[in-house]
Amino acid sequence: MGHSRSADARLDLAGTLDGMRRMAPLCLFVIAFGLAFGVAAVQRGLSELEALLMSALVFAGASQFAALELWGPEIPLVALIASTFAINARHLLMGASLYPWLRDLPPRQRYLSMSVMSDSNWAMAADDYRRGVRNVGMLIGGGIALWLAWLLGTLLGVLFGSGITEPERYGLDVIMGCFLLSMLVGGARSLTILIPWSVAAIAALIAVYWLPPHSHVVVGALAGGLAGMGLPTEKKRDREPTS
Amino acid sequence: MTLATSPGGALLAILIMALVTYLTRSGGILVMSRIPIGPRVERFINAMSGSVLVAVITPMAVTGDWGARLALLATVVVMLATRKPLFAIGAGILCAALWRFLMP
Repeated sequence: MGHSRSADARLDLAGTLDGMRRMAPLCLFVIAFGLAFGVAAVQRGLSELEALLMSALVFAGASQFAALELWGPEIPLVALIASTFAINARHLLMGASLYPWLRDLPPRQRYLSMSVMSDSNWAMAADDYRRGVRNVGMLIGGGIALWLAWLLGTLLGVLFGSGITEPERYGLDVIMGCFLLSMLVGGARSLTILIPWSVAAIAALIAVYWLPPHSHVVVGALAGGLAGMGLPTEKKRDREPTS
Repeated sequence: MTLATSPGGALLAILIMALVTYLTRSGGILVMSRIPIGPRVERFINAMSGSVLVAVITPMAVTGDWGARLALLATVVVMLATRKPLFAIGAGILCAALWRFLMP
């Protein structure tokens, strides 16, 4: 497989628009999350503009909520950097896993695409890659759609205040989990993959209980990857003709 | 080391967060572009990419309430049965909302 499989990886407008369209249903929920963030940010003392800027520039929900916990008359800088890095360190591994798909793009397109990589467009892009799709529009198109939804949600939140105060009441907090789980189940190609996944699950739980906060995703992902490295090379990723 | 939450201080904090986050987003492909990808590295990447999701979801199921657990279970069942992510997610959200509505 190696070199030839992504030889004609490409990024174009049609693929990007298609990625935006495929992400649209999930964007409705992202707007709700953004709204919750906007409300929480203003309650926490950020100005409207600061809340919007954070959503636009950081674009990483969990770490933004965590930053609110640190916000006060003074912001502890080291803690802010450490928590932002720890929560977002999974991006390092997610990006690495897409590298074989993106490597033939011009570096500028590659690094631009990464600036909008988030959990859900990554999961859908990784699925495209697994199925042999060469057009990388899902990553950037889905990312742009999520970014717009996140920004719009934040704007609604800072403008209209306390709309949804208890998102868990309506099951909103589990949406992301269900979405990611459906991607995971849909992407399973063989039963042997359950071995590294079990290792990842156990390692993540160990990290939740005994390692520093927010380390579980990285610990679990690395443990799963190492376990997968030890498997025999039966991995045949048959790629469908094209799409 | 702390920043005062003056307008300038808050802006600086946001810019620092943005920079740290972008470094995590771009760092993965930056590192991968500098190491050769043999079969071992490829196996590592393939197993790792699903493992990221497993590591995000497992603690939700273990530390979450029964609403979250039922939602995740419904998602797996519907996904395996229909292969349609939207149905699966819808079933999950419905389960969580119903559970929390009925069992306050």
